[in-house]
Amino acid sequence: MSALICEVVYRGIFQKNLAARIVRGIVLSARKSERWGIAFGRYGDSPQRNGIPAKDFAIVADTKEELEQNMARYEPKHVDVTICVDDTLSKGVESWAWYGLQPINRLTVPNGTVLMTSLQPFDALLKDIHKKDAPYKLSLIRAKASFSGLWVYKEDHTEVRILGALAKIAPSFLTLDAVAEAIKEMEWGSELKVASARKAFDRMETREVKITEGNPEVPYAFQMPKWWEMREGVTIPAIPIGKPKEGGQGYVPERNPYFKKFSTRTMRPVIDFDTCVKCNLCWIACPDSVFDVMPDGTFDANMEACCGCGVCEAVCPVEDCITMVNESAFDDNASQWEAWRKDKAGYKTWLGAKIGDKKTTVRSHGFRFRGQYDEEIKHDLDSGGVEITAGIPGENADRKTV
Amino acid sequence: MATVTTTKAASEDKELLISGSEAVAESLTLADIDVVTAYPIRPYDTVMQAIAKKIANGQLVAEYIVAEGEHSQFEIVKHASTVGARVFCGSSGVGWMYAMECLVVTPPLRVPMVCLVGNRALDDPGAFGVEHNDALVVRDLGWMLCWIDTSQEALDTTLIAYRVAEDRRIFLPLAISADGAFLTHSQAITMVPPKEKVDRFLPRYDRGDLLLHPDNPITVAPQANEDWVIEIRRQNDEAMKRAVGVIEEAYADFRRIFGRGPENPWFEEYMADDAEVILIGMGTISLPIKVAIREMRAKGKKVGLIRLRWFRPFPFERLVKALSGAKAIGVIDRDYSFGSPFHSGVVANEIRASLYNADKRPPLLSFICGLGGREVTLEDVNKAVDMCDAAARSGKSDAKTHWLGVRE
Repeated sequence: MSALICEVVYRGIFQKNLAARIVRGIVLSARKSERWGIAFGRYGDSPQRNGIPAKDFAIVADTKEELEQNMARYEPKHVDVTICVDDTLSKGVESWAWYGLQPINRLTVPNGTVLMTSLQPFDALLKDIHKKDAPYKLSLIRAKASFSGLWVYKEDHTEVRILGALAKIAPSFLTLDAVAEAIKEMEWGSELKVASARKAFDRMETREVKITEGNPEVPYAFQMPKWWEMREGVTIPAIPIGKPKEGGQGYVPERNPYFKKFSTRTMRPVIDFDTCVKCNLCWIACPDSVFDVMPDGTFDANMEACCGCGVCEAVCPVEDCITMVNESAFDDNASQWEAWRKDKAGYKTWLGAKIGDKKTTVRSHGFRFRGQYDEEIKHDLDSGGVEITAGIPGENADRKTV
Repeated sequence: MATVTTTKAASEDKELLISGSEAVAESLTLADIDVVTAYPIRPYDTVMQAIAKKIANGQLVAEYIVAEGEHSQFEIVKHASTVGARVFCGSSGVGWMYAMECLVVTPPLRVPMVCLVGNRALDDPGAFGVEHNDALVVRDLGWMLCWIDTSQEALDTTLIAYRVAEDRRIFLPLAISADGAFLTHSQAITMVPPKEKVDRFLPRYDRGDLLLHPDNPITVAPQANEDWVIEIRRQNDEAMKRAVGVIEEAYADFRRIFGRGPENPWFEEYMADDAEVILIGMGTISLPIKVAIREMRAKGKKVGLIRLRWFRPFPFERLVKALSGAKAIGVIDRDYSFGSPFHSGVVANEIRASLYNADKRPPLLSFICGLGGREVTLEDVNKAVDMCDAAARSGKSDAKTHWLGVRE
């Protein structure tokens, strides 16, 4: 008697269909060896929001009775494999139906596996992934996050590569042959995809993670109030209004101290305070009141409140004043304005490095215009994005130049 | 128990010939309500007209808002109440149903809205006569529900309703049910107390820390996941349990200040002390039953009536006590609950459930009568009592529900 419990942590909407294909693929692959299974999304994530971390689950078991032990739950209490299809989620998961910020490996059982798509080295990821009080394995498939959007699906084979890798992690539930057989039967399956799954099986990299390794930050913890401690009338204190930044100058709004939102972000704005013309546009346009007004009239984006939508970059009239940069290029949420105030020359160097690295700025967390997908794929190829395509030709492979 | 002094009180009262709806409007004036919303539907519309007249005559200063439907009608008073206004609202039959979404959210938001439901049959067929199913729809949701049977009781109960609903220990909405036609449209001599006494009885509505005001910045009704909902339900449960004590307190104070009112808030016991057969009903059905009982008593039959005033909170413990001496119980429902246990009405099954843990469970017969406003006749009542008599002799209930006054 045994069961395999997997979660897929993904970006709401942008990776919705990808996650659904993976969990369904797990169950249908396990079915090839007479296993029983269920696939479901976390109810609290629905309806999904752009980029907001969400979870899908697949549970397969030897018997229906054992499966029942894991049914009628929103979320398993522990998982054997945590699958993460966007490496910026290694900083944590905070869903919109708030359950607090959860480390990516929170549900992973001791000696379980976190399987991630990433181009980052292990050590860079372990700067973000929270420490765990038990050893586990970190497995990587070399790829960038597979984003598309609400109405498009990025046929870059990520779903089958995950399944292939999983066959290596949990061969007693999913043999590679079973995975291959299941893929072929999918409405989206093909021989090419089977080949991709087999390659991922071979290429997956794994490293043991010790309890001493990882981000030492302790996520905010809290006790749920008892029913008689809660204010009556479905009533909660409002967020108070804000205060001047310092010396009666500037303005910093109060924010919900319990809901940080930053794990929603795949990119973050970096700001050139030297070129800022203090036009207020970013402050006005930001839907999350992220911008604090500094005493000198410039705007500092608060990185605990920013969900990374990129509106500020879009409205900023000054070239390279606000630039969206891949979240994985940062290790903390520290104030950019404070860093600039302390050391203007040093900040300029830092800023130049961030926005000069095209690997981190060309990333998109969605499609903003028709045809962007085609353009992006071409760009990936032109800029040496071999991992996403070479050897894993997608359905459009014949139209691409390698 | 407080002692009753009736003489002085009565002399200060003003005697008016008014309907149940007009009696409610008198109370609303005395309670000095702030916001009232209206949308016409018979028979509730009588109260909305009576309040409009009070305002037009300058007897009451209040915001009178004619909404574009019942849904808005109840939403408006809900919001007014959260900013500290004493509010009144009401409807009937399918109008009450149209407000259902607002009726549902009112108890968890702890809005002490007071309403009049002029009981009316639910469509279809479109009809105006009384059935209790309209008000009963909210019975599980945290609404306090009571039924009245005279204009005097309409007036008194409305004052008590504000006192109870706006008590900080409760803060739950309260619907007073008045039988369409027989009470809403029928005028009777009613004693109206002076304002000074009402002021002593009814404190100002103080919403405290739940007040929606810039000086008390709060968010009301955020969306919540499964981590919060059951706790909120538990809070409502506790408020409803606390209502029991608050209601008893309010009636005792009412008797002390106004010199009238029942000792037992929960139900009227009419010749029930020594009764072998006890009939139970709500609203104006009590009137023909009382007549029938007097006739039967004259013939030496020991029959009595328990007229339920309060349906939520349901006075199950006191009822069990009051019914313990009966040899048979006959519950006459002016409502239906299709497919329910024994195919009975709502009240019958509430009483069955109340008796389940009792040491002594007299046979209980269930009747459905007077639906759609059909008059309840002495013949109907006599028939019910005859069946109860047979059950009393055999000591057994029949597991059936008997429809009275239906053509067959």
